[in-house]
Amino acid sequence: MKVLMFGWEFPPHISGGLGTACYGLIQGMNVHKQEVIFVVPKLWGDEEPVADFVNASGVTVDYRERRFKKLWKNLTYLEVNSYLVPYLGPKAFKKYTDYAIHDRTDVDESIFSTNYQFSGKYGKNLMEEVSRYALVGAQIARDRSDFDIIHAHDWLAYPAGIAAKEISGKPLVVHVHATEYDRSGESVNFPVFEIERAGMHAADHVVAVSQLTKNICVRKYGIPPEKVTVLHNAVLDASIITSSYQKKVPEKIVTFLGRITYQKGPEYFVEAAKKVIERDPKVRFVMAGSGDLLNKMVDRVAELRMGTKFHFTGFLKGDDVDHMYAISDVYVMPSVSEPFGIAPLEAVRHNTPVIISKQSGVAEVLNNAIKIDFWDVDAMADAIFGLLHYPSIARMFTELGADELKKLKWEHVAAKLVTVYDKILAQRA
Amino acid sequence: MRTVCFYFQVHQPYRLKPYRFFDIGEDHYYWNDYLNRNVIQKVAQKCYLPMNSLLLELIQRYQGRFKVAFSISGTFLDQMEAYAPDVLESFQRLVATGHVELLNETYSHSLAALKSKDEFFALVHKHQDRIKELFNGYSPKVFRNTELIYSDDIGAMVAELGYQGMLTEGAKHVLGWKSPNYVYSNAKNPNLKVLLKNFRLSDDIAFRFGDKTWGDYPLTTDKFVNWLNALPKEEPVVNLFMDYETFGEHQWAETGIFDFMRHLPEAIFTQSNFTFSTPSEVVADLSPVSSIHVPTPISWADEERDLTAWLGNDMQDEAFDRLYELEKKIRKIKDPELLRDWEYLQTSDHFYYICTKFFSDGSVHEYFSPYDTPYDAFINYMNVLSDFILRVETASKK
Repeated sequence: MKVLMFGWEFPPHISGGLGTACYGLIQGMNVHKQEVIFVVPKLWGDEEPVADFVNASGVTVDYRERRFKKLWKNLTYLEVNSYLVPYLGPKAFKKYTDYAIHDRTDVDESIFSTNYQFSGKYGKNLMEEVSRYALVGAQIARDRSDFDIIHAHDWLAYPAGIAAKEISGKPLVVHVHATEYDRSGESVNFPVFEIERAGMHAADHVVAVSQLTKNICVRKYGIPPEKVTVLHNAVLDASIITSSYQKKVPEKIVTFLGRITYQKGPEYFVEAAKKVIERDPKVRFVMAGSGDLLNKMVDRVAELRMGTKFHFTGFLKGDDVDHMYAISDVYVMPSVSEPFGIAPLEAVRHNTPVIISKQSGVAEVLNNAIKIDFWDVDAMADAIFGLLHYPSIARMFTELGADELKKLKWEHVAAKLVTVYDKILAQRA
Repeated sequence: MRTVCFYFQVHQPYRLKPYRFFDIGEDHYYWNDYLNRNVIQKVAQKCYLPMNSLLLELIQRYQGRFKVAFSISGTFLDQMEAYAPDVLESFQRLVATGHVELLNETYSHSLAALKSKDEFFALVHKHQDRIKELFNGYSPKVFRNTELIYSDDIGAMVAELGYQGMLTEGAKHVLGWKSPNYVYSNAKNPNLKVLLKNFRLSDDIAFRFGDKTWGDYPLTTDKFVNWLNALPKEEPVVNLFMDYETFGEHQWAETGIFDFMRHLPEAIFTQSNFTFSTPSEVVADLSPVSSIHVPTPISWADEERDLTAWLGNDMQDEAFDRLYELEKKIRKIKDPELLRDWEYLQTSDHFYYICTKFFSDGSVHEYFSPYDTPYDAFINYMNVLSDFILRVETASKK
């Protein structure tokens, strides 16, 4: 079987977990001798040659193709949100935006120019890049007939998947790594939601990274539950990391590591820290990462008068991330909504006991962890205190957690994915 | 007699290096030597050296009729010794003329007066020793507290230390209808005379001199002398207090600030009946007209003339309280290295960098801060302080 996959990023050039998950999945597919054509907006040239890579920036789109024009028309809604015009009724607004998009020749021309340089980032031209990526998807689907199924990762690649399905008639699987509800809570960005909805509906089957995410697909996007399969993520390497990096402070260290944004629930970590420090001053808390809530957290820590016990490291990369895990006595992931959340598994690899929110996908696969509701700062504080003071739990978690990790292999995920593919193709035949 | 009293503040802090969480417990050196050296050497070229040589020239030309006063912080003295000995020599030459007065302050430009009498006294004594050592046994008679911070209580402490006079801001909300151009006395101890900064005329030079949008731009010596002459005849003293970096650094040479100062004494001597005096001369020559009541501390900073540039937001208060909690332990330990760091960490600038008052428009605070935001400043300071606390705890267990 040969799969045409659309992603948005690939290691080593990644900004989140999506690229890593794609890499793991492809590794797993290779174990089962499944071929993958992997399309990314921009190839840097230093990617590990695990798949038949296609660089979208190098694909020439034949803009004379009549079907592409039609596809493009359907994509116009993508850019609507860049025009915020007050005091127009719904009809007038539609007229205005349709006009604005179709008569803005610069957009049309750059979208339809034969070559288009993607940034492959998440910048302000994101919607334009997503539209153009869809056209590239269509072009690839027209040029190549050597694939059996299409697989698109997250909303950025859904339009490409839909376009490829339309041109080739081959079945489409969309893979939901996250939804707009995870990223933004209830204040969703409508155009993004709309793309997600369209992708899930156009797909022959939906893959969700957790039961939690599946529930969102069903409840918020109206997808029938039988159309969604849960495939939990895995880890690339389950080996235990023994770092020689030594802690230099006498106190125990409790760590939050991730983006400091609404989704990750940093404020609950801060409040729990205060409760722990009141009972045990011999603990240090570390918030590693950056994000739009960083300054708010700094303010709150000062307000709670725990600035000498609660530290901020800024964004960590490379060895510093490993060092941070290595010197942590407890790792906390208090996410408000986490489709999966690979970071706690990294902590387990460093023999660090973890506390995770029940609102995370990883809670479905990791048994040897303390699970709390993200908002329950009392329970979080209790759990932190317990793991710090009753070493037997921590010891059990590290021993058993290591065994659990070994079961989370990408080849198992890939095997399940292949059965999903087989079922879809069988239904078609 | 009517007189003009110039006092210049000379200070640079020991700025912290970027100090990471990972450094806590391991790296006990906190100072950004490269940046600190660069700042001193850059400002030496733009301000300290040319202005010192101009002042020497004026003092010699007028044979002592022109005179000024300096307060030089201990952190500046230390850095000058290490990074710019030629600047130190030029200050020593000025003091040797006998027409340049030195004031005392807290050694590390600290806010200790607001927190601890013991620490305040210790830092004043250290500054006294340092001035004696570097300036041929010189012993100041007049005191100026960090950022001209003053209150009735602080004044009383300064009187207890034996000073005859103290400088502070002529803050409008304290003076009301009263004029800053008289000598006042401390409300608790009338033996201490209080000199108040004439902030309008001081800031005309220090802040507005090069401002082309200012209605009175350009400021000429004729104009300035006219303003002095326009003051009520019975007002005896005009206190012009400002940062020394005004000359060549805050106001660049291109604004003509050096030429203004070069010609100001001549203009004052020929077009007015004003003389020049140092703070101790003013204190000796003039009697106080009344006492001045300052129950809550004032300073020379910002429009508010209060403490909010250094203290008041949660981050500043947290940093300040955590630092001074250590005082008793530090006294017991008597470790010279810990003591040095303890003193340098008290420098008011560290707290100034954490000020969020001008977050939106930046302005003066941003100009002086080595950090991008007050949050960065807080994080870095707290990381350093956390390491320092560990060292203090380890040392007090010994």
